Amino acid sequence: MKINFSQAINRALHEEMTRNKNLVCFGLGINDSLKFFGTTKGLSEKFGSDRVFETPTSENAMTGIGIGMSLNNNPCVMMHQRLDFFLLAMDQLVNSAAKWHYMFGGKKNVPITIRLVVGKGWGQGPTHSQSLQSWFAHIPGLKVVMPALPSDAYNLLKKSIRDPNPVIFIEHRWLHNVEQDEKKIKKKLKNFDLISRGKDLTFVTYSLSTIEILSLKKFLNKNNIFFDLINLNTIKPLNLSLVEKSLKKTKKLMILDSISHPICSIGSEILSQLYRNKNIKLSKPPVLLTLPDVPTPTSVFYTKDFYIKKIDIIKEINMLLGKNIKYDLFEKNLHDVPDSKFKGPF
Amino acid sequence: MNNKSFLIKIYELQKKIRSVEEKIAKNYKDNKMRCPTHLSIGQEAVAAATGLALNNSDIAISYHRSHAHFLSKGGDPKKLFAELHGYEEGCSKGIGGSMHLIDLKNNFYGSTAIVSNSIPIGVGLAYSLKLAKKKSIVCIYIGDAAVEEGVFFESINFSILKKLPVVFICENNFFSVYTHLKNRQPPQRKIYKLAKAMGAISYKLKQDNPFKLFKKVKNIFDNVRKKPSTHFIEIETCRYLEHCGPNDDSKLGYRSIKELVKWKKKDPLVFSKNYLIKSKLINKKKIEILDKKIINSINKDFAYLKKLKKPQFKNINKLVYK
Repeated sequence: MKINFSQAINRALHEEMTRNKNLVCFGLGINDSLKFFGTTKGLSEKFGSDRVFETPTSENAMTGIGIGMSLNNNPCVMMHQRLDFFLLAMDQLVNSAAKWHYMFGGKKNVPITIRLVVGKGWGQGPTHSQSLQSWFAHIPGLKVVMPALPSDAYNLLKKSIRDPNPVIFIEHRWLHNVEQDEKKIKKKLKNFDLISRGKDLTFVTYSLSTIEILSLKKFLNKNNIFFDLINLNTIKPLNLSLVEKSLKKTKKLMILDSISHPICSIGSEILSQLYRNKNIKLSKPPVLLTLPDVPTPTSVFYTKDFYIKKIDIIKEINMLLGKNIKYDLFEKNLHDVPDSKFKGPF
Repeated sequence: MNNKSFLIKIYELQKKIRSVEEKIAKNYKDNKMRCPTHLSIGQEAVAAATGLALNNSDIAISYHRSHAHFLSKGGDPKKLFAELHGYEEGCSKGIGGSMHLIDLKNNFYGSTAIVSNSIPIGVGLAYSLKLAKKKSIVCIYIGDAAVEEGVFFESINFSILKKLPVVFICENNFFSVYTHLKNRQPPQRKIYKLAKAMGAISYKLKQDNPFKLFKKVKNIFDNVRKKPSTHFIEIETCRYLEHCGPNDDSKLGYRSIKELVKWKKKDPLVFSKNYLIKSKLINKKKIEILDKKIINSINKDFAYLKKLKKPQFKNINKLVYK
């Protein structure tokens, strides 16, 4: 039996709502006909409209309301179908949620989990496609997690809900249909995962970029390239101990930060930390692949060159390893949908 | 508590708040209270009347000018003084300062510094009361500028939609820092009517007679406890000192001295004292003794700071996360 990413989230929500009678879920679209990309199916029917409710289109107030509830014995899961709308709530996130425990001397904590969905392709454009983990990671008091596989989503969401602190849970829209064997869903959660092993190079990825590398695994192995793939499911706190260990072996690093702009990105933070680490000696300069420092365009003709495609990754691998793998076969792949079934609109 | 002793209590609390604030103002020049401090002198009556009308189980949340609300909900002056001086013994361990006060023992859930920031948090607290089927209410203190922020409308909308037990207390002192209300809101539109138009049960009350104010507010609070709903009370008031700090800033010329004098002539604290004496509820001598007792206690609370040790930064790093 297979389970996909959105079903994994749905299962985690059902289990946590059952486990904790005080847990509350809310968000615009939580009870809509598509059930928030399938992730909230059955919740309001099972747990009632007081604990699972639709909200006014008031991102800032609803964040504060969630904080107030979480201060008063009702941990919350708040959700937004696009991260970009959550930008209206920065006062409540940064000045309240992140600071409350600290600025009141540890008297009260804010157990709130905020699910943010990031869009890509099908013309999501400048304001429906931003993945701003770097912003959130910059703020002391917040935790930031970004699942890649259904098992990450399931375990990370459960862990986030039980965390006594505010957690930003960023899920990429293109991951919702990613499938995994149901038996593998429960696993012991670490801040990072070694998904693949190999001696030639180390990939550091998270969220969608993990899936992008995984989808190249067979092809690369066939071309005699074997790699360590380290999936960071927790962006903050950032733990690079496994990366350090891997680099001692491979001495070659590629960070695929493919949903982020380059300046002050998670990728550049990782590089900064590794550069200052005396134990790490690379045989080649590291590679960091990000989006350009340009907002996302809408037109499919522009996005073709805006997004990082498989051939861009292969090109960099060729340079890093001094190889000459042919990559023509990817060119016919559609670049603006996760799979041929996906027809948007969001 | 009988009526007489309760009326005296309303006076006593006003006197206590003013004396605490005057103590802070007097000592601010020593440069030991190194944080932006917004004093409530002139605005005590609202805090005293509403604070006494709240039960201990009721929740209050406030904004940057919150010393009076902290005290009227039962907050300890020692913890306020220690907070302003940056000691670990402060109500927020010296991390929050004057604008971030908390006293969970008395359900004072916090005051915050960004205008309107605490409003949705108060509404969220009320949602939890509803879920837990509690009969308590949430009192959200705001200033006149709070209704200029979008989050006010978002929050009151939700509160009305969900029939939450919330009472907004809007202290309209006519100034956002140095900018008068007439430059910020159209003069023909009244704040309490704005709230009414949103769907709140809305009132405009006066602070001049704090005893009357108490009665009216108590009545409203009791009604909200019986039938949860969102209420809004606007009360015009006047801060006697500068927006932030211990000084009289009349010289700056941004507000009319005539207006200030007019407000001081109907000072609610003075009114309360005269009223009690005139009604023979207490004689002049006894009220002087009461005043002295309040001031002595505050002096003692302030002197306690001398015993406190300097806190260490390394002790608070771990407070970023629970």
